[in-house]
Amino acid sequence: MDDATTMSTPAAASTYGTVAIVLHWLLAGLIVAAFFIGLTMVDLPFSPQRFRLFNWHKWIGIAVLLLSAGRLLWRATGHPPPPVPAGMPAWQLAAFRATHLVFYGLFFAVPLLGWAYTSAVGVPVVFLGWLPLPDFVGRDKPFGDEVLKPLHEAASWLLAAIVVGHVGAAFKHHYIDRDGLLVRMWPWWPSRSRA
Amino acid sequence: MTSRLRSLALLLAPWLVASGAGAQQAAAPRLVPAQSEITFQVKQSGVPIDGRFRRFDAQLALDPKAPQGGSVTIGIDTASATVGFAESDAELPRAPWFDSAKFPRAVFRSNAITGFGNGRFQAAGKLDLKGSPRDLVVPVTIVQNGAQSTASGEFIVRRLDFKIGENEWADQSLVANDVRVRFKLVFMGLGPL
Repeated sequence: MDDATTMSTPAAASTYGTVAIVLHWLLAGLIVAAFFIGLTMVDLPFSPQRFRLFNWHKWIGIAVLLLSAGRLLWRATGHPPPPVPAGMPAWQLAAFRATHLVFYGLFFAVPLLGWAYTSAVGVPVVFLGWLPLPDFVGRDKPFGDEVLKPLHEAASWLLAAIVVGHVGAAFKHHYIDRDGLLVRMWPWWPSRSRA
Repeated sequence: MTSRLRSLALLLAPWLVASGAGAQQAAAPRLVPAQSEITFQVKQSGVPIDGRFRRFDAQLALDPKAPQGGSVTIGIDTASATVGFAESDAELPRAPWFDSAKFPRAVFRSNAITGFGNGRFQAAGKLDLKGSPRDLVVPVTIVQNGAQSTASGEFIVRRLDFKIGENEWADQSLVANDVRVRFKLVFMGLGPL
């Protein structure tokens, strides 16, 4: 589906655009992958697989950072989210706004803390193995191990918790409230054209 | 008894004098380990990882004005390698890497030293690392400051030539083959350039 078809259907105003939908699901996949790779890699013994997973984790994190910046830019340049379903209670609207604000904060904070951590302990990020990224914190292994690492982990768990809440809320709106909220972002929903 | 002792002393005297003079003439320059370093850098999927050897020694016999007669031997305690991460450091002495139990020392022994003037030299010799002796040519620059001479330089070794990182670790996309070795060796007592 492209923007032209979306624009021509009556549902256009009530759903996200194609770019927003693609970015949402791409980032969802990358963030979930980074999270589980991160959980797995730290328990692996010294092995090539451990090194590979650390690399992938870092590269995915940088991709999340870049795509989130692009996503925010896209949203800020004339592509606001569609309005939420009419009749949503004020507390839900407040919760929606708060979680999305924290979401965006964490999309940047989690990768940046990870980047800072690995720079501090002396393993700079080389994106995809070919693009060396600068260190924006100096080498300070104790600071990295004792401050940045726990912050990166705590921020990741907070992000995971909000993702679970986000998915739970989407299902609740779809299966209990049946207010069509999920359809705004669901790319393959059969009833989307009827939403 | 006394006469025998005297004759013994007389007999030995020329030897004692000669060896004393010889020792003075060829007074071997002495390495100052605390001011010296041997470091290495290897790329792990493009990421530079810096390491060093904590224990090494050097024997140098060199007249900087006549370097062709000189020789240098550098010995490195392979179990002293560190990259600054406890986990990696624990791995390095093991069999896939330096195998320090079987090959505790890596030795570079020169067989020809060439001088190019201005403190620039070249030591050609053999590096015996993990039981694989290979020819190696090392460029060296010597800078003198008072009684202290600092010999420094760098060269590349290919780790797989020496089977450093075997089996699953031989993958060069993970750990590059080229390892850049840098050294700064501070000696006391080297003759003037």
